[in-house]
Amino acid sequence: MTAAAVAKHSTARDSTPALVGFGSLVAFFLVMELLIQTGLVNRFIVPPPSEIIGSFQRLILEEDIFHRFLVTLGECLTAGVMLTVFGVTGGVLMHRYKLLQQACETWVAAMASAPLVLMYPLFLVIFGRNVWTIIMMGFIAALPPVILKTIEGISSTRKVLINVGRSFNLTPAQQFWKILFPASLPTIFVGLRLGLIFALINIVGTEFLINFGGLGQLINDLAERYDLAGTYAAICFVILVSVLFFMTLEKAERWLIPVG
Amino acid sequence: MADTGRLKQVAVPALGVSPVTLLRIAIILGVLAVWEFLAHSGWLYRDVVPSLLAIGRDLLELLTSGNYYFNLGVTAGEVGTALLIGGSSGIAVGILLGANRFMSKAFESYLYYLGPTPKIIFFPIMIMYFGIGPESKVALGTLSCFFPVALSVAAGMRQIDKVLIRVGKSFRAGTWQMVVKIYLPAMRHPIINGIRLGLGVALIGTLLAETKLSNKGIGFLIINAYSTFDMPRMYAMLIVLFVLAIGANALVGRFGGLHSIKRN
Repeated sequence: MTAAAVAKHSTARDSTPALVGFGSLVAFFLVMELLIQTGLVNRFIVPPPSEIIGSFQRLILEEDIFHRFLVTLGECLTAGVMLTVFGVTGGVLMHRYKLLQQACETWVAAMASAPLVLMYPLFLVIFGRNVWTIIMMGFIAALPPVILKTIEGISSTRKVLINVGRSFNLTPAQQFWKILFPASLPTIFVGLRLGLIFALINIVGTEFLINFGGLGQLINDLAERYDLAGTYAAICFVILVSVLFFMTLEKAERWLIPVG
Repeated sequence: MADTGRLKQVAVPALGVSPVTLLRIAIILGVLAVWEFLAHSGWLYRDVVPSLLAIGRDLLELLTSGNYYFNLGVTAGEVGTALLIGGSSGIAVGILLGANRFMSKAFESYLYYLGPTPKIIFFPIMIMYFGIGPESKVALGTLSCFFPVALSVAAGMRQIDKVLIRVGKSFRAGTWQMVVKIYLPAMRHPIINGIRLGLGVALIGTLLAETKLSNKGIGFLIINAYSTFDMPRMYAMLIVLFVLAIGANALVGRFGGLHSIKRN
């Protein structure tokens, strides 16, 4: 077999599982369609997939889903900027002042495991039922991983790099900006990626719960109107958006992390 | 996180209280003082930051009320059931995906990308399927819990020492024996870690669903306190809830020996 043939053979073999996965998904939808059309599954509980696909047009024309998407995206990005500023600064400060780190790191780790999103009624009272409640909810819930990853990133800077800085007689500020910060950037970005994902989850969730804002509110609205096909379509759209968001962040992370 | 252990402990002064403890006490006292000052300053709407005394009183009232424990029981039951169903199905699917490369390539990416999506948006569908009772909350908790457990177990399965698997095979262990005697014990850490993550998201899923639509459970009590603007009570409930959640998380971690591996 020539090299090209081997490559072709291996790609053909590699794509089989992916095809099986996708095929199973399509088959699942076809079976659901059949079960619903034949009346074995109640169409007032599960709308047929064809109807869900059909209602996408309605979501675009009547519900202005793209505008809502931009609203949610805007909230996420605002929370993201706040996370970058406060989370990374918090992590850097905690690393700089060891005593502070020893005193507070376990608290931050504990916060990471607390169901912070449950504080949304509290935020409703403090900020009112507006976009800031949603943004702050995303921000607070995503803050612990950003802080922890920043500390982890700076702490795990290779000793040899730090020694290079020392041998050049760098000032503490130079040591930070020229050595520690660039070396810890990949880990910090892992924290930011986690943070942004948490922020998106909590932002959409809060929108749904307080019935305000972008995509989350749309799902709540459609469900309250008992527009089942629309609700399913909106949920599919949110899942699609989250998956794309997740993939984009992963790509960005791979792009940032140096090879080798 | 892992680096705390490596930090040099600051020397303990003669008084016997380390500077870390002193700083912790100072931070706590500082926060409490600022809080109390805000409560009495009148800068914020009344009761947004209630006095510590009022929160303490409500905390005490809460902890001595039978009604609270009834609702706590309801939520604990829901979360426990969700963890049981979601956790066991997650472990089963994780083992399946981890043991079979083909299945993993075919389906794992779907789980991987579906994992970090907001689960609460499925609540309207869960209400349609399971009604407005505790079942729909359990369903949402199960859905939340399934993904982290399945992904963690699948990843753990692939990291099992090949020698252990060969030992099992050379003893001609059946599939079930392989699962019980080799895979599960070898994957104790990933499973416990998955369950710890699963517990966190199951708790969030269940409680959020309770705040949206229910007539019992802790989530219901919190949203009820909000709608009657009983802020001290809401703070008291959030404090108890956070303590319980953090405690449960630490307990699962310690139980599974995660503490020891993280420090190594």
